[in-house]
Amino acid sequence: MTMMEWWDGFWATYNTVIFSVGVNAMLALSIYVTLSCGLLSLANAAFMGIGAYVASLITMQAGLPFPVALAAGGILPALVALVIGIPTLRLSGVYLAMATLGFGEVVRVVVLNMEITGGPMGLNGVPPITEWWHIVLLLGVTIYFLARVRRSKIGRAFEAIKEDEVAARLMGVNVAGYKLLAFVIGAAIAGVAGALNAHYTFTIGPNNYGFENAVDILTMAVFGGTSNLIGPMIGSTILSLLPEVLRHFKDFRLAANGLILILVVLYLPKGIWDPRRIRAFMQRRNAAQTASKKVN
Amino acid sequence: MLEQQLFNALSLGSVYALFALGFTLVFGVLGVVNLSHGAVFMVGAYAALQAVLKLNLPLAGALAVAFAASGLLGLLIDVLVLRPLRARNAPHLIPMIATIGLAIALNSLAQGIFGAENLRFPAEVLPQQTLNIAGLHVTMLELGIIALSFGLMAVLLLVLRGTQLGRALRAIAESPKAAALLGINVGGLFMLTSFVAAGLGGVAGVLIGLYANALFPLMGQPILHKGIAVIILGGMGDIRGAMIGGLFLGFAEVLTVAYISSDFRDAVAFGLLFLILLVKPSGMFGKVLERKA
Amino acid sequence: MLLQFNQISKNFGGLQVLQGVQFHVPEGGIFGLIGPNGAGKTTVFNLITGLLRASSGNIVFDGQDIGNVAPHKITERGIARTFQNIRVFKEMTLLENVVVGMHDHLDYGFGGLLLNLGSFRKIEKEARERALELLSWVRLDHKAGMLADSLSYGEQRKLEFARALATKPKLLLLDEPVAGMNPAEKTELMAEIINIKQRGFSIFMIEHDMRFVMGLCDRVAVLNFGKIIAEGTPDQIKNNQEVIEAYLGKEEA
Repeated sequence: MTMMEWWDGFWATYNTVIFSVGVNAMLALSIYVTLSCGLLSLANAAFMGIGAYVASLITMQAGLPFPVALAAGGILPALVALVIGIPTLRLSGVYLAMATLGFGEVVRVVVLNMEITGGPMGLNGVPPITEWWHIVLLLGVTIYFLARVRRSKIGRAFEAIKEDEVAARLMGVNVAGYKLLAFVIGAAIAGVAGALNAHYTFTIGPNNYGFENAVDILTMAVFGGTSNLIGPMIGSTILSLLPEVLRHFKDFRLAANGLILILVVLYLPKGIWDPRRIRAFMQRRNAAQTASKKVN
Repeated sequence: MLEQQLFNALSLGSVYALFALGFTLVFGVLGVVNLSHGAVFMVGAYAALQAVLKLNLPLAGALAVAFAASGLLGLLIDVLVLRPLRARNAPHLIPMIATIGLAIALNSLAQGIFGAENLRFPAEVLPQQTLNIAGLHVTMLELGIIALSFGLMAVLLLVLRGTQLGRALRAIAESPKAAALLGINVGGLFMLTSFVAAGLGGVAGVLIGLYANALFPLMGQPILHKGIAVIILGGMGDIRGAMIGGLFLGFAEVLTVAYISSDFRDAVAFGLLFLILLVKPSGMFGKVLERKA
Repeated sequence: MLLQFNQISKNFGGLQVLQGVQFHVPEGGIFGLIGPNGAGKTTVFNLITGLLRASSGNIVFDGQDIGNVAPHKITERGIARTFQNIRVFKEMTLLENVVVGMHDHLDYGFGGLLLNLGSFRKIEKEARERALELLSWVRLDHKAGMLADSLSYGEQRKLEFARALATKPKLLLLDEPVAGMNPAEKTELMAEIINIKQRGFSIFMIEHDMRFVMGLCDRVAVLNFGKIIAEGTPDQIKNNQEVIEAYLGKEEA
């Protein structure tokens, strides 16, 4: 077998997995944005779904080019987020999580019952037009955008809100406005990820965007770590590849997901990629090395 | 026609209320949104089924087994997961995320062990008779569900309002630190609450399993979501709110199925949720006060 | 008069927390509001910063009624606040904490921050320089890159001052600034506060450490059970019979 043949074979089997790594990275980043502002939103799977359906309908029924579908896949969830965000973001952490969970369910039930979305069967035959460079480009844009936001007054405002809303407010930060911004940005990113994902999986249905999926996204971010942008990407990469590794565990694979969440929350509260813990570890190791050098 | 639905709505509503009660109890006393309550509900149902099939117990015995099994699970969850997180003073969202993990793990385990198909209680175990009350057709099953649910709720209310234990629990709900200073065994009562709340959830699981004549691994999830809607509707941490909210939802669902369409049955809960969040986020009986440390 | 509290009453349900409260905070100098615990002092601050609305009466700051101003707009008006139970952003560095205070004054748009334009970089650089300067005022500039978490209690309090000053306030509200401090820390903080006053900021302070207040304030008002029972210079207050009873009475009980 030649190199080319091997590559073709490899690609044919694993291209979906590789695409998922990119898409999941975007999804993990979408929930990272909201978490960086102190919001736990379980609605990102629903936003992903909205983006997926809108983009698919555009390519399948309106016959418009892919960039248009992708743009709509980002804009529409953002608008929805704006509308539901205004009342629900008034709620504090736990209530907000509940409300976003509820919202996700509403979307699922609505989609389940609409003709245009194909009801419980979903949409079949979504054109497979996603290419690797689409994902790389959009992921890159997302990372750049979030990195710049993080380094600006917006990023600082998010962090201040996450730490102490009252203090942030009294320092002049428009807390409600910034929460809404984080929510909307997260929705847009999730929507575009959904649009990309729909166009390499042929079929989409209401069950792809439910509670379990929202939790998957959350797990990736929490597992990877939410101190900076790197954590969610590491978490999403590992957890995208893990199912392939755990393939023959089937049903118990999901149990592994749940177990990972629990273990991470209990023992690695800041996730795998925790700069502080890593730095502290490095310092201890260096100190130990210099100490042992002295002894020798 | 409408009256015929009365007992149907009452039985569904009372089970929703029972489930929401356990959920809101844990929130009120432990301050945690326990999203594994749905899984615990499911475990109760399956435990009861196993008790009937493997141990040949009658329904009453199976219910007791369900209470014990779920209760034990709830207790373990508190001791193994929630307590370490409390010790670390973790922010509110963290225990919630952990319970999500638990729910997933439990649901998957159930699926792995019992398979994904619907299971049923054997017909012999179910009460078969029907009665005629005031001209309405009522099954013994519905009556049993209503009686048990209301009975348990009444006992709970009695304990909470009329006993020393209840006072201690309400003190903890106000402020665990203050309660501890008063000499209340906060840790022990956390465990007790987790046990009882989960036990009630398990019983609710059996009742829904009987009512719908179906058990499946993910049966706890839709109920959990509705439970969330109920407690937000009624006011998180408020016992009356959970009960009234649950009954309200039961009626709303049955009426929706009867007069609009059964497609939208599951959406009713969330419609109500949204409405209340827009109008009065603290719920019907919720207080705007924040829980002190 | 910089700040005027005109016949302010505040009740929560049936509980009357403030009744007919009237006092004036002059510009420049340090004004103190003292009173036993539970007298209603923090409520006064919460009313000023918009966290609460008065039941009746009005609050006038710099000639404008601020009764309806939202909390996040209060810094725009020129009022900044510190908290009784220090609320610094623990996981951010000292420098970042202070820069948050400048939030309102950082005038760049989305485009600038996305494209890393010169205007964005310039404003950020100036912000950091100014933050460092403010930290030097409270002698914390050498720790600028450390996390706020790693500071001692007294240092965190000073950080709070620096952050509040970053909002370019006319009036600085200090809520029990020396609560929980030992005498050495209190003396140091007294010096910081005088330092801030000398730089031209007006200060309104709540305290119930009498000696601290008397040594520091130019004018004092005394709040007891939601009512002002005296207002004047520290000497006048010290010799006021009602004030003595209010405090001594509490101590004896």
